[in-house]
Amino acid sequence: MVNLISRLGAQVIEQCEHLGHLTVFLLRVVSKLFVFPFRYRAVLQQLHFIGAKSTFVIVLASITIGLALGLNLYVEFSRLGVQDRLGSAVALSLIRELGPVFTALMVMGRAGSAMCAEVGIMRSDEQLDALECMAIDPYKFLMVPKFWATLVSVPLLVAIADVVGIFGGYLAGVVIFDVPSGAYWLGVYGSIEWFHLNMGFVKSLVFALIIVWIATGKGFLLHLDKQGNYGAEGVSRVTTQAVVMGSVLILFANFLVSAILVA
Amino acid sequence: MTDKTDTTPIIEVEKLTTHYGDRLILDELDLSVNRGEVMVIMGASGSGKSTLLRTLLGLNKPSSGRVSIMGTEVTSVSQKELYRLRRNIGVAFQGGALFGNLSLIENVQLPLKEHTNLDENTIRIMSRMKLDMMNLSGFDELMPSELSGGMVKRAALARAIVMDPELMFFDEPSAGLDPVVAAELDEYILELKKSLDMTIVIVTHELQSALRIADRITVLDKGKMVITGTVDEVKQSDNLHVQNLLNRRPSRQQLSPEEYLEMLTRVQAARPHRGHIDG
Repeated sequence: MVNLISRLGAQVIEQCEHLGHLTVFLLRVVSKLFVFPFRYRAVLQQLHFIGAKSTFVIVLASITIGLALGLNLYVEFSRLGVQDRLGSAVALSLIRELGPVFTALMVMGRAGSAMCAEVGIMRSDEQLDALECMAIDPYKFLMVPKFWATLVSVPLLVAIADVVGIFGGYLAGVVIFDVPSGAYWLGVYGSIEWFHLNMGFVKSLVFALIIVWIATGKGFLLHLDKQGNYGAEGVSRVTTQAVVMGSVLILFANFLVSAILVA
Repeated sequence: MTDKTDTTPIIEVEKLTTHYGDRLILDELDLSVNRGEVMVIMGASGSGKSTLLRTLLGLNKPSSGRVSIMGTEVTSVSQKELYRLRRNIGVAFQGGALFGNLSLIENVQLPLKEHTNLDENTIRIMSRMKLDMMNLSGFDELMPSELSGGMVKRAALARAIVMDPELMFFDEPSAGLDPVVAAELDEYILELKKSLDMTIVIVTHELQSALRIADRITVLDKGKMVITGTVDEVKQSDNLHVQNLLNRRPSRQQLSPEEYLEMLTRVQAARPHRGHIDG
């Protein structure tokens, strides 16, 4: 019994310590976000990797979500005889909830895992130590461009996902079923307010920060991971942890932001 | 930068103690390295030599003691000062630590691009000179994954000397290389000392290369210094650990029956603490 409690305590202490390290990591990067010189070329490279290369997956994912949403809502709405409201229902649910969440989860899975593995390998290969020894600040050199690129590209990807998703709803409602095209678009125009767009924007920024923080932080702190060893196995372990932890945090933050902004 | 008659040691280590969690790694270690010499730090695995190297570089923080390199207190100095010091230091890591997403020449150019205002052409010429010194001309555009083990080590060496440091550190330079390539690397190191007048500190367990390139040798065992002296002094030492190392004799601790029983029944100790966020 005592053994069990002491093990539990050790676990809690370990987790708190890890959280502390992650927080220190975040604060260090944030404190260097605005420090000159600005590495615009590295930021562009990362924008290409995190943003441009994610576009196709995001388009694919959001069109299917729009289609499924349109399909399901149409069935229910037509029973009630309000299929004219389909446009507003699809647009609002995409802009406020589904667009940001799905985009963030996709980016976490695609770019987040890659960033985590990249930084983790740099840690286990002593490349981060080599940077330090060359008097190059790894936070500024590696992390800051990734942070900027993610913070810029995720809101843009969310915007794309919203538009494509609404178009997917159009395909389902108007092309496949019998919702009048004018009614669909009128529903979209009529219901979206700045408040909804702002909510989606705030969410996408929060999610972007979570993605890049957890992904790079987990890789950066690989050497402090106490569960096992360092090399390839350690990289795969922290990458899995990062994706799981990041995804859960995104879902949790989604609820939190909704609750705060709606209330 | 400094004149040659300067006799103060370039590295001074006093009563250096480090821990990983509760485990003692270095135990009140004293060490000094003079300007222009090749100092080889030897010891078996787990003797603390890698930790010593990381502490000298400021990557690990010691529990107590002081480390002074070129007059800078590594353990207590600010980040900015530490970076200023590191510009005069080159480090060749065990695995090379080349950046996988940069080509060979980009790897070598990186310190120059970050720390100098030289134009593109000058930087290219300077890095090509260093690559040529390491017999790597013509491989500019290769990626690190396309290089052989020996080439990676030489490339890491080229990158480490591109800023013309006064002080070079090597971590296991010949580990993982075949004897011929390892011997070549020894020649490069001696060449550096002769032509660029560097102070060189090498951490290794390779006996042959140590005897060949060292001016002085320091032998570590369980975090304590066993002996430090010239190659001949070390050879003539009658210390058991030194003789084990020199004659490649296996060393196993002799335990009393009580100690043996205690070792077998000991509860597994907690996992070691791997250090601070900075290393």
